[in-house]
Amino acid sequence: MELTTVWFALIAVLWIGYFTLEGFDFGVGMLLPILARNDRERRVMINTIGPVWDGNEVWLLVAGGATFAAFPEWYATLFSGFYLPLLLILLALIVRGVAFEYRAKGHRDEWRTRWDAAIVVASFIPSLLWGVAFANILRGVPIDAHKEYVGGFFNLLNPYAIVGGLTTLLLFLTHGALYISLKTDGEIRVRARALALKVGLAAAGVAVVFLTWTQAMTGDAGSAVFFVLAAAALVGGLGAVLRRREGWAFTGTFAALALAVAGLFWALFPDVMPTSLSDGVGLTTSNASATHYTLTIMTVVAVIFTPVVLCYQAWTYWVFRQRIAVHHIPAEPAEPVEAPTA
Amino acid sequence: MLGVVDPLDLARWQFGIVTVYHFLFVPVTIGLSAIVAGYETAWVRTGNQHWLRLTKFFGKLFLINFAIGVATGIVQEFQFGMNWSDYSRFVGDIFGAPLAVEGLLAFFLESTFLGLWIFGWDRLSPKLHAACIWLVHLGTLFSAYFILAANSWMQHPVGYTYNPKTGRAELHDFFAVLFNKVQLVTFPHVVTAAYMTAGAFVAGIAFWRFARAEGEARETFRRGVRTGAAVMLVAGIGVAISGDTAGKIMTEVQPMKMAAAEGLYDSRTSAPFSVLTVGSLNGHHHKAIIEIPGLLSFLGTGSFHGKIEGINQLRAEYKSTYGKDPGAKYYSPGDYTPIIPVTYWTFRFMIGVGLLAAGIGLLLLLTTRRSRAPTSPWLVRGAIVLPFLPIAANAFGWLFTEMGRQPWAVFGVMTTAQGVSPSVGAGLVATSLIAYILIYAVLIVIEVRLMLASVKADLPPDPGPPGEDVDDPDRPLAFAY
Repeated sequence: MELTTVWFALIAVLWIGYFTLEGFDFGVGMLLPILARNDRERRVMINTIGPVWDGNEVWLLVAGGATFAAFPEWYATLFSGFYLPLLLILLALIVRGVAFEYRAKGHRDEWRTRWDAAIVVASFIPSLLWGVAFANILRGVPIDAHKEYVGGFFNLLNPYAIVGGLTTLLLFLTHGALYISLKTDGEIRVRARALALKVGLAAAGVAVVFLTWTQAMTGDAGSAVFFVLAAAALVGGLGAVLRRREGWAFTGTFAALALAVAGLFWALFPDVMPTSLSDGVGLTTSNASATHYTLTIMTVVAVIFTPVVLCYQAWTYWVFRQRIAVHHIPAEPAEPVEAPTA
Repeated sequence: MLGVVDPLDLARWQFGIVTVYHFLFVPVTIGLSAIVAGYETAWVRTGNQHWLRLTKFFGKLFLINFAIGVATGIVQEFQFGMNWSDYSRFVGDIFGAPLAVEGLLAFFLESTFLGLWIFGWDRLSPKLHAACIWLVHLGTLFSAYFILAANSWMQHPVGYTYNPKTGRAELHDFFAVLFNKVQLVTFPHVVTAAYMTAGAFVAGIAFWRFARAEGEARETFRRGVRTGAAVMLVAGIGVAISGDTAGKIMTEVQPMKMAAAEGLYDSRTSAPFSVLTVGSLNGHHHKAIIEIPGLLSFLGTGSFHGKIEGINQLRAEYKSTYGKDPGAKYYSPGDYTPIIPVTYWTFRFMIGVGLLAAGIGLLLLLTTRRSRAPTSPWLVRGAIVLPFLPIAANAFGWLFTEMGRQPWAVFGVMTTAQGVSPSVGAGLVATSLIAYILIYAVLIVIEVRLMLASVKADLPPDPGPPGEDVDDPDRPLAFAY
């Protein structure tokens, strides 16, 4: 197999890691005001993702770095072309990056309410926009003969892309609700299960539209297999919710996200960023890639270290496997400080 | 209005602002993770509660700092593609690899083990818990190594060839990039500066508490001052040695930067180093007030009589090597010359502020030999200023080394002007620049307030002996947000 194909697959794996992991912590963030009735319950929710969300986000940073290294042209065209949506995502991730830690450092209601709002908005924006961005990559955007994006911001807001955005949004909400049902105990667990079923049905509907649309536009037999399996995993997961098998339900959305992203990358290959212009130059795994030498070096590094990373990340989830309930939350954060006035 | 603004100017301001801002927090993260790890290890080995209190007290400050450092670091990973797409296309084959490796080796390690350290107090044995913060520290060192390798390649490109067919620089020796001679001196310089920064942070804050503490807490903070100041002074020696070596290597690979550090217009032997200058530094009307003979020659060559090339000679040489002026509008008075007042003053501020910090650190160390309360209010004032000094020196250092390389992005290979994204107009860059400035301004206010509140907060009560409920699944979490 060509090394460019290997790296295309590895970048797909990094995005699968990102969507399946940060997907649920985005979902938890958005559901904060919906599932929790009081501050204690909100803290239950935040503490389920507290030890892991930052590690989840690193999948994105590595996906970005790997794209830079393996497909510099893709990195350059994509990031400069999708400037405004990426800026919005970055601003959201900056705010979200300090929100969990800083929220816990103040006790006043006002302080916490503001951080809660920040967490909700900063989880919502990327959940929607990642779907929009990926849909546009698949659909093709105006890229000229110099490999430069020549569309504007509103080019990116087409119906197909909006369906794509709603798909990631609803899937992350479902995934987050199931994570809460798996990681908490008490009333909130019951509420999360009920909500997961409702949102999950909506997610399934939108996802089927999006994946069918994608299949019709650019799919082949392979992508069809992935999409059908993704749909089956999602339906199976929702069935498990009905039988109150939370572990299987979460596995279902996890697998659905992984298979859907795999199918999208399959449908994209060998393009990485097709052009919608007749006289433009679309980017492919061969005309956007780094040299064979660089890819070889990177492959050696990835082969050695990716399993190590997977092992210790998995270990973290094992260490924090305990369900959290309201009575586990100390009255105040362990180390109270004076409430800052802001 | 935006029609008259060059997107290149805005992109450069943005890069400078978001990068310097990010780096306010990075050295504290690198150094403080090691100091906190040291405290926790001391506690694990001796069982002495002073060390546990210091672990928790500075651990809390570390987390506030780490959060903002990570949050502002995300932009760093993406801004090359967003604002410097032609740069990314041209150097991606070389520059992308260290970034990707940094993510895989460093960011996963830092974020995962920090999560374990924050929430793992009652889930992991004390030894394993302490190991987690050491692994966080190891992650920060990996991160520093790879990103500095990328930067060192921009200062002194090695291990690549230009491929005219693809029109880009292509990697042929990854190890040459990893062990670039500029990297081998930059990494120790930056890391020792980070230890110095964190040492000053700890010493200054601990001294402020020491001066007003009573009883047990007094002894706790006295130990904080002494360990912080010791780290700072030992690291400071490392900063001086590595900085001296860096100066000599810089004289060799980027002589213009050394000439620009002094504003030396004409080549000479026994070149002096001026401490203070008045005038415009344009080579005609400036006058050194205090000058140390031969010192510039010593800094650049190791001999007080060594020859330092001047800006005028280097400019002529660069013109004949690289051809025409790359864009004189930024570079008064001419081409291939950085902005001399910027390089001149940042170089002096870097050294001067660092020396001032070391002086204060030494005073704090001397006055805390006994547990007596300090009598001079000036010492307390010095302690309050101390944490900010190395942070400022770091920023001056980066401004010097990056501005001193201009007009090049990659020295001798690609100018900064050639690297900017052609498809991103002034309106877009202005939007992001304003957005970053606003959000970063709000964040720094919140961050400083949280830091101050944590600095003033009471020490946490010492934990009692482990009770009988350690195996009770319903006991409250040892740490929760």
